[in-house]
Amino acid sequence: MANVDINVKHVTRVEGHGNIRVKASDGTIEKVEWQVPEAPRFFEAMVKGKSYEDIQTIVSRICGICSVTHSLAAIKGVEDALGITVSPQTDKLRILMHYAEQIESHVLHVGYLVAPDLLGQKSVVPLVASHPDVVKTIITAHKTGNDGMELIGGRMTHPVTVKPGGFSKLPTNQELLGYKKQLEATIPLLSTIADVVLSLAGKLPAFDRPTEYISLTMPEYYTFYHGKIKSTDIDELTDIHQFESVANEYVSPQSTAKWCKWHRESFAVGALARFNNNAEQLLPLAKSVAEKFGLKKGNCNPYFNNVAQVVEAVQVVEHSLQLIDDLLTAGIKPEKPVSKPKAGEGVGCVEAPRGILYHRYAFDDDGKCIKANICIPTGQNHGNIQKDFEAFVPQIIDRPQEEITLLLEMLVRSYDPCISCSTHFLNVEFV
Amino acid sequence: MSKPRVAIFDFACCEGCQLQIVNLEAEIVDLLSIIEPVQWREGMSDHSDDYDIAIIEGSITRPEDEERIRKIREKAKILVALGACATIGGVNKLKNHGPLEDMQKTVYSKDFSLPHLATMQTKSVADVVKVDVYIHGCPIDKKEFTYIIRCLGAGKTPNIPDYPVCVECKKAGNICRYEYNEICLGPVIRAGCGAKCPSNGFWCFGCRGFVDDPNVNAARDVMEKYGKTMKDLEEKLMLFNT
Repeated sequence: MANVDINVKHVTRVEGHGNIRVKASDGTIEKVEWQVPEAPRFFEAMVKGKSYEDIQTIVSRICGICSVTHSLAAIKGVEDALGITVSPQTDKLRILMHYAEQIESHVLHVGYLVAPDLLGQKSVVPLVASHPDVVKTIITAHKTGNDGMELIGGRMTHPVTVKPGGFSKLPTNQELLGYKKQLEATIPLLSTIADVVLSLAGKLPAFDRPTEYISLTMPEYYTFYHGKIKSTDIDELTDIHQFESVANEYVSPQSTAKWCKWHRESFAVGALARFNNNAEQLLPLAKSVAEKFGLKKGNCNPYFNNVAQVVEAVQVVEHSLQLIDDLLTAGIKPEKPVSKPKAGEGVGCVEAPRGILYHRYAFDDDGKCIKANICIPTGQNHGNIQKDFEAFVPQIIDRPQEEITLLLEMLVRSYDPCISCSTHFLNVEFV
Repeated sequence: MSKPRVAIFDFACCEGCQLQIVNLEAEIVDLLSIIEPVQWREGMSDHSDDYDIAIIEGSITRPEDEERIRKIREKAKILVALGACATIGGVNKLKNHGPLEDMQKTVYSKDFSLPHLATMQTKSVADVVKVDVYIHGCPIDKKEFTYIIRCLGAGKTPNIPDYPVCVECKKAGNICRYEYNEICLGPVIRAGCGAKCPSNGFWCFGCRGFVDDPNVNAARDVMEKYGKTMKDLEEKLMLFNT
C-alpha cells in the first residue's frame, strides 16, 4: 500500500501563499491539509480613523489582481453609509470597468496560471516557444481587460478615478467607441482560447463533490455588481446587509485567513458558483461556449471553475458591448462626484472574479471610519478547498506521489485563489 | 555576456506590482531576451536559488520574513525593491500608527494571540537590508520597470527623477488640485509617474515617497496660500507612510 508524504510549501502560480500537506502510511491517510500561512495585513484596523474619501485608496491595496473589485465594493459601502445614490451613467461605467477586470483576471488565470498544467509545462515561459499563437492570443485578450480598466479607472491596477458619488474623470464618447471595437475584436480571441481549453478539457480530473454554491443574483441579468445573495441550497435570497449571517467566519488553526460555512461544512464562491445560480441568464455567445463544454447548472466539479471562467469572459464582453451602446446612445454627460461627510453604516457587495466580496463600513459625523469588516472570496473558499482535499485524496491515494501533488495543486489553482486578499478578516461580531 | 539570472520574491503586499510585470504583455517576451527568470512563485513552478538580481515586492511584517530577506540579500548581487510596500512600507505601515495588540484584536479578536497569526511592526525592505535599486510607486509604473531592468541588464545605473510630481503635473497641463480645495502631495513627492493621479482628476497620495530633499518651506507656502495647515499635509502623508 502507498506511502505518501507531500509537503508543498507555497503552491506556485497562485496569488499569495498556500501549502499542501498530505501524509499516508500503508495506504492509511493520516493528514490532509490545505494551509494558509500568508502574512496577515490588518486592513480593517488600518482604515480606522481615516476619511471616507480615502477608504477606496487604502483598501484597493488589499489585492492587485482584484483592485477594481475592492475599490467598487468599498465605494458602494461608503455611498450606502452616506446615503448617496449615483447616476445611471456612473453605474454603467462602473459595471463596465468591473467587467474589464473580470476579462483581465479570468484570461490571466486560465491563460497564464492554469494552461501550463493542461499543456504539461511548469509555466507560461516555455509556451512562448512551443505555442506562440496561443500565447499571443492570451496576451491580446488580457490587454483588452487592462485597457478597459485604464480607460475608465485611469490606470490598470488601483484605479484613481473612483470617488464617492461618481468619477473624477470620464471617458469620452470617442474613447468608448474605440474600446467597443477592441471588445468586438476580443470575441474571436476568447473563442480561440475556449477551443484550446476544450481540446484539453479531458485533462481536467473527474471529481464531483456535492457543494453549496453562493453568489449574487438579480432578475434582470447575469450579475457581478448588483443584487441579493443566493445559495444553491435554499430558494430564499438574502439581502447583502445580512452578509455576516451567510459567511459565518471562524478562525482555523491551519490558516491566517478566516474560514466560512453556511448550510454545510463549507461552501464555494466564484465563477462556477455564479454559473450554478444564474446560468439561464447568460447571453447567447456565452451560452454557446457553455454548451460546447457541456457545462450545465448543478456541476459540482471544482476543476470546471476554469471552464466557467472562460464562459464568463465571453459573457462580460457581450454585456459590455450592450452597456457601451446604451452609454453612447445617451452620450457621456459631464457629472461631478458630490459627497459630504455624515454618520452612518453601509455595505458594498460585488462579485470579484474569484467570488462574492463584502465590505462594511461605519463612519462618524466627520466622515471618519470607525469600523470596517471585509469578507473576501478566497477566505470563503479555503474551507471548501480543505473539504475537496478530504474527499479527493482517498480516491487518488494509490497514484504516484508526483501525480497526487499535481492534481492537488491544480485543484487549488482551479479556485483562482487570491490568498493575500484573504488574510485580513475582521471578527464577525460587528455591531 | 550571459543573461543575468533574476528571481522575484513577494512578502506582505497585494502582488499588484508583480501584476504590472505580467501587464507588460508582449514586452515580457522582449525582456526574456535580456534576462533569465529563475524563480517567480506567482508565475512559474521552476525554481532555482542561484540568482544575480533579486526583485523584492512587499513589506517585512514577521520575524521569519526578516530572516528570509537577509538570506536573499546574501545571495543576490543586486537587490531591487519593487513598489511602495518594499521601498517605503506603503499602506502596510498604517498598522504602525497605534499599539500592535489593538490592531491584532481588531482583526482576529480573541484568537489574536494564536502563534500563526503573529505579526510585528511593518518594515520596508530598506529598513532591514541594503537596497541597491528602488522601483517606486503603488503600483510601479511598468515603463519605468522595463527601463530599470534594461539598465541593470546592460550594467548601467538607472536615472530616477529627483524632482516633485508638480513638475510633471504642470507639464501635463493640469489645473492644480489645490484649486479644487483638495490636499495634494505633489509638491514633495518624487516624480516619475507622469502625474498619473492628478491627470485623472485625483490628488497625489504619495505612493512614490519623498524626493531626496523635499522643499518643506515651499510646501508650507502652498498650504498657507490655500488656507490649509501642515497637519493636513501630514495626515495625507500617513496613507503611504511617506
